[in-house]
This record gives sequence, structure tokens and C-alpha cells, in this order.
Amino acid sequence: MIPKDHLFDFMLIHADTSLIISQRLSEWCGHGPVLEQDMAMTNLALDHIGRARLLYQYASELENAGRSEDELAFLRDELDYKNLLLAEYPNTDFAFTVTRQFFLDAFYIDLLDKLSGSADSRLAHIANKSLKETQYHYKWSSDWMIRLGDGTEISHEKVQNAVDRLWEYTGEIFQPAECELGMMEAGVAPSYEELSDSWHQRVNSVLAEATLKKPQSTWQQKGGKTGHHTEHLGYLLAEMQYMQRAYPGLDW
Amino acid sequence: MIETHYNSETKQRIERAIQVLETVSDPEIPVLSVLDLGVIRQMKIVNQLLHVDITPTYSGCPAMKVIELSVEAALLEAGLGPVQIHTVIDPAWTTDWISEEGQRKLREYGIAPPNTAERIARLKGDAPRIACPRCGSEDTVCVSEFGSTACKAFYKCKSCLEPFDYFKCH
Ligand SMILES: [Zn+2]
Repeated sequence: MIPKDHLFDFMLIHADTSLIISQRLSEWCGHGPVLEQDMAMTNLALDHIGRARLLYQYASELENAGRSEDELAFLRDELDYKNLLLAEYPNTDFAFTVTRQFFLDAFYIDLLDKLSGSADSRLAHIANKSLKETQYHYKWSSDWMIRLGDGTEISHEKVQNAVDRLWEYTGEIFQPAECELGMMEAGVAPSYEELSDSWHQRVNSVLAEATLKKPQSTWQQKGGKTGHHTEHLGYLLAEMQYMQRAYPGLDW
Repeated sequence: MIETHYNSETKQRIERAIQVLETVSDPEIPVLSVLDLGVIRQMKIVNQLLHVDITPTYSGCPAMKVIELSVEAALLEAGLGPVQIHTVIDPAWTTDWISEEGQRKLREYGIAPPNTAERIARLKGDAPRIACPRCGSEDTVCVSEFGSTACKAFYKCKSCLEPFDYFKCH
């Protein structure tokens, strides 16, 4: 048996990551570099919000404290969000957005694949549903890494800069939080060492094809999973939570 | 897929429900009924309550709420209530569940239907060949992996030069 609070925390890490990256991607709506990519990024945002909902619904049932999926998504404070720091990093430019997405997709494609065989059947079903979508996202983000990296001098420089700047937010992904350790022990979540290996393999091969250099720096940020966020999250939440805070219980 | 092994009264109610659902269309691709789309997974009657299991195409598909409401409204209007709608995600929806009738309707509507050859091509690492729904030419090119809705990609035909939507394999 997995302790319920471990499962709940695990759902929040991935629900919050999905919600926050969705909010970031949707900021591109109407601002994409070309219409097709504007639509691509908002499509990604939609898939992520769908995944966030499935995870929050499960979290809400696990907690069994009367907090709805909306309350979990919109009425917690910054310290209670457990998303990966990478997800909250500002869009900055198209190269940053693509790189951020690629780093996350390269993780989720293997995590979801493993989770779709999880001993927790509800989690397995959610993972299986999301995996199909993430495979498509991964294709988009890795294609763009290669296109930008192996593109013009300017696109190469911009995407290399994004890789260098975002690198310090990738280590945290594989530093298991307490709930993740508990889930690994119970055989519900896969080993993060294995996931880290496959992530590095994917990243090495795409960066090489994109003629990009893998950063040498080993210093890494951490804190997202325990609620210690960068200064960017507060601004994002202020905008995202505005409607629910101003009109409590607001519904469509 | 839709259970009908019941006593005659129950069976009749389910059969009528199926007829009604043939008239409920997908809000984003109105030529397809919810049955063509393959999102209705099961219907059964327990204690007079008609249970309908619906599965989402994509997990964030904004049409799902509308589909659920239209299904419930249509069944109630036909006097087949009370109705309860359930969302199920396992097994995950696949374009393989789009009926043959649905594939034909898509093509006539100008949307290239999902093509299993695409799946095979991807496995081999080849670029898939998608036939233009207007002229049938396979000389087409993908303009964007993401189209006007979650379920479509955007293509252009190099023979007749028309752009078209492709209902992507999922
Ligand atoms: Zn054509």
C-alpha cells in the first residue's frame, strides 16, 4: 500500500507542472511567431490543461477533504505549488519556449510510459491517456530544436542561449521528493536514476543533431517540488488566479 | 461495444437511445455523429437510470463538455431519461474507433481521415503519405502538426494546391 499523502503529493507535482506550463504556453495565444505555431502552442496548452484536470480530480478524491479540482488549481498560495521550476520560467522568446518544452517532454515521454504500467490503476490510465499526447509534443519540440539549432546563425545562437540558461533547471527533475521516493519503493513510480539516463540519452542525441552544445555546468537549482519557487511564479499566479479570487466560486 | 442484452423494454430503450445519438453531432466536425467519432463507449440501464459512458478524444478537448451536454439533452428530449453521463479514460480513445461511415463522411467534408499507413510510416521513421481529400493526390505536405482543433493537422496538396485538414492518427 502506498501512503495516500505520497500519492496526493505526487499528483500535485505533476498536476501543477502541467497547469503552469499550460498557462505559460497559452500566453502565446495571439502572439506566436507564425499562425501555425501560435496554434501549435495553444494546442499543447490544451493537452496540458486536460492532463492537469485528470490529475487534480484524482488528487481531490485522494485528499477527500472537500477541495474541488478548481480549488486545488486556483486557490492555493505560491508555497503550496509543487511544479518543476522549469515550467514557470517565462516564455522569453520562441527558442526558450521550445527548449523548455523539449526538456520537459523528454522527461514526460518516459515517465508517462513507465507510469502507464503503474500498480496504481487510476494513475496508469491517466498516464496512458497523456502519453499519446506527449509523444506528439515531443515530436514537435525535438523537431524545432533541430530546426532552430541547425538553422540560421541567429536561430542557432538563440536556441543555444536558451539551452545554456535553462540547463540549471533540469537537474531538479531527477531529484526525487519524499513522495517520489515513497512511490518508487512501493513500485508505483519508476526509478529516477533510470529516467535520468534515458533523458540524457534523448537530450544528447537531439542536441547533437541540432549542432548544439550540451552545457558543462553542473550547478543546479532546486526547490519547485517543495514549494520554493523562482520570483516568476508569483506574477503568473496573480494573473491566473485573479478570476477565482475576485469572484469566489465562479463557474462557466 | 454498446450492450443490448436485456429484457425487451430495456433493449428497446437502448436501441432508441442509439438512434437518438446518431443525430447528435460533434460540435467541431458537425458531419460526424458522436457514434461515428467512437466516443460513446457503453450504455446500460440500472434501476431505470440510463448510464452513458463517454470518453474524451484529447484530454483537454474543449468540445467534450458540449458533447456531454448535447448527449444528455437529446436523450432527455426523446423521453429516454433519467440519464447519467460518465467520463471514462480507459482504454484511451483512438482514431481506430472512428467508424467506416465516419471516415467516408470526413473525406466528403474535405478532411483527410486518419490513416493507419501514417502509423506504420512513423514506426519506420518515414514521412507519412496523406492523400488529398479533394483530388486524391498523395503529393501533399504537412504545413503544421497542429491544426484548427486538437485532433487535426494542417496539410497542403501540391497537385491541386488546396490546403486541407488531416484527422491525425491517435
Ligand atoms: Zn489535391
